[in-house]
Amino acid sequence: MSETDFLLALEGVTVSFDGFKAVNELNLYVDKGEMRVIIGPNGAGKTTVLDLICGRTKVSDGSIKFKNQEITGRKEQDIVRLGIGRKFQTPTIYEDLTTFENLELSLPRGRSVTGALFWKRTDEVIERVREVARMIFLEELLDRQAETLSHGQKQWLEIGMLLIQEPELLMLDEPVAGMSVSERARTAELLKEIIKNRSVIVIEHDMKFVESIASRVTVLHQGKVLAEGDMNAIQANPKVKEVYLGH
Amino acid sequence: MIINSRFFSRSELIGFATLALLLFVILPLSLDVFRLNLVAKYLTYAFVAIGLVLCWGYGGILSLGQGVFFGLGGYCMAMYLKLEASSVENTKIQSTPGIPDFMDWNQITALPFFWVPFKSLTFTLIAVIVVPTLLAFIIGAAMFKRRVGGVYFAIITQAIASVLTILIIGRQGYTGGVNGITDLRTLLGWDIRTDHAKYILYFVCCLFLLASMLVARFVSDSKLGRILVAVRDKEERVRFSGYDVANIKIFVFCFASALAAIGGAMFALQIGFMSPSFVGIVPSIEMVIFCAVGGRTSIVGAVFGTLLVNWAKTMFSEDFPQLWLFAMGGLFIAVVLAFPGGLAGIVSDYILPRLRRKRAALAPIDTASDPVAHTLPAAAE
Repeated sequence: MSETDFLLALEGVTVSFDGFKAVNELNLYVDKGEMRVIIGPNGAGKTTVLDLICGRTKVSDGSIKFKNQEITGRKEQDIVRLGIGRKFQTPTIYEDLTTFENLELSLPRGRSVTGALFWKRTDEVIERVREVARMIFLEELLDRQAETLSHGQKQWLEIGMLLIQEPELLMLDEPVAGMSVSERARTAELLKEIIKNRSVIVIEHDMKFVESIASRVTVLHQGKVLAEGDMNAIQANPKVKEVYLGH
Repeated sequence: MIINSRFFSRSELIGFATLALLLFVILPLSLDVFRLNLVAKYLTYAFVAIGLVLCWGYGGILSLGQGVFFGLGGYCMAMYLKLEASSVENTKIQSTPGIPDFMDWNQITALPFFWVPFKSLTFTLIAVIVVPTLLAFIIGAAMFKRRVGGVYFAIITQAIASVLTILIIGRQGYTGGVNGITDLRTLLGWDIRTDHAKYILYFVCCLFLLASMLVARFVSDSKLGRILVAVRDKEERVRFSGYDVANIKIFVFCFASALAAIGGAMFALQIGFMSPSFVGIVPSIEMVIFCAVGGRTSIVGAVFGTLLVNWAKTMFSEDFPQLWLFAMGGLFIAVVLAFPGGLAGIVSDYILPRLRRKRAALAPIDTASDPVAHTLPAAAE
């Protein structure tokens, strides 16, 4: 496999579920500091690509390299510790814990059994949690049980939980799904803030939202890359219009 | 503020203090030694219930095989006591003097190799903890690393309880079979059957129990306790927060097993025998019921629950022996359907809010600064 300068490189990645190739010979490269949006019709394999990168689904064939290290076959938590964070499609937070505790658990320290047993809630920890809570508009709600947050707030909380992990690569699966118009605007603002010093892969259906954030867009169709380029080129692309945008 | 540490909120402190008062003062003063010895037996089950609070209530790992660890702890202790009771002098009428009586009855002529180290009290005390914990570690590692969980894990633990019972009963010459290890007499020459010894052992048991509660409280209050809640809630998300979920589950399962083992050892000491009827499926499920009735997320609640259910069991089976199983089944269904928080849930959801309302009506200005009002939601968790 080739050496690359890319932060993340997928080469010839294939995954088949009982013979059905959800992702087929996929090549995808993400640069340091890049904001990449993946779009595509339902069933194009977008979420599967994220699942493959973060180790949730095992690759049938091909190679995934992160910072030039092969990460196929590694455990989820090891991939997370290398610096890849993943946000799920539906808000996945710890409902029985408070906002504060949700963020605290996501701090990338004290992750072993003993580390967790003798964890100290230092001023530094509290300060860091507050700082992230401020970014995700939840500073006033630190004491609230996460279950009682609104749908949009839960989405932000999950983004915050990723942010506090300080990943080099952040993967977001439909971060604005189910949000109101004003929540969407704030999320776009938040994402622009987040991407400043890291790479981000976003899956999104909402084209207006994509336009507001994207620098580079990849269109997936039937498990393959259909087109790649900046937003204008993609929107002008006749193939993309046919399979996706035209609908 | 929840951000500040909440080690022992006021309501928990009251529960803990009430329990200490009950165990150290009220019960010893009001019960005769026979009844007190019964309470001592209940308390040994409370060790298991505390472990289940962390393992099941916090971590969502339902083990239906805690009797295995209770039993192994008890058997380790009983083996030592049995060897001490089987001195050559005490067993001179046997065809092979100096070995436990049941071995002699089963035509065994030499002490089996795995019994030999149990001549040492130091070894025994270590084995009481290490043997059950090691087994828990092996089971836990085999299951959790492969991501076997939920109902499947419960069924496997149940199967292990069944296997161990069959093994103990089948290997009568080595284990005492279905009768168990009986006729335990002395600990380092001190007769454990006298009333005086029973009082002392009762207080030792209470001290161990309170110490175990404090250690369990430390675990549940640490970040590990919150990770356990997170695992119960969204196991997969915990992996994506960078934790090795399997290690955390193995730890809490081993911890619960070690507590159960201490309970088992105290049982053997105080009740004077150990038998497979405390190892199998039925006792293991009963232990889960004690924990559920007390409140599966409350350490203090689980101890009260254990005492209450066992007391009811004794009362019921004295008067209507055939009805007890139905009553316990009914109790379990009632708790699951109507009061999932158990006794502790009833206290924190119904009784405490009522008390607070009463107090608020008496002193409306004071409640805003009342610390109890702030810490209660956390305590209910």
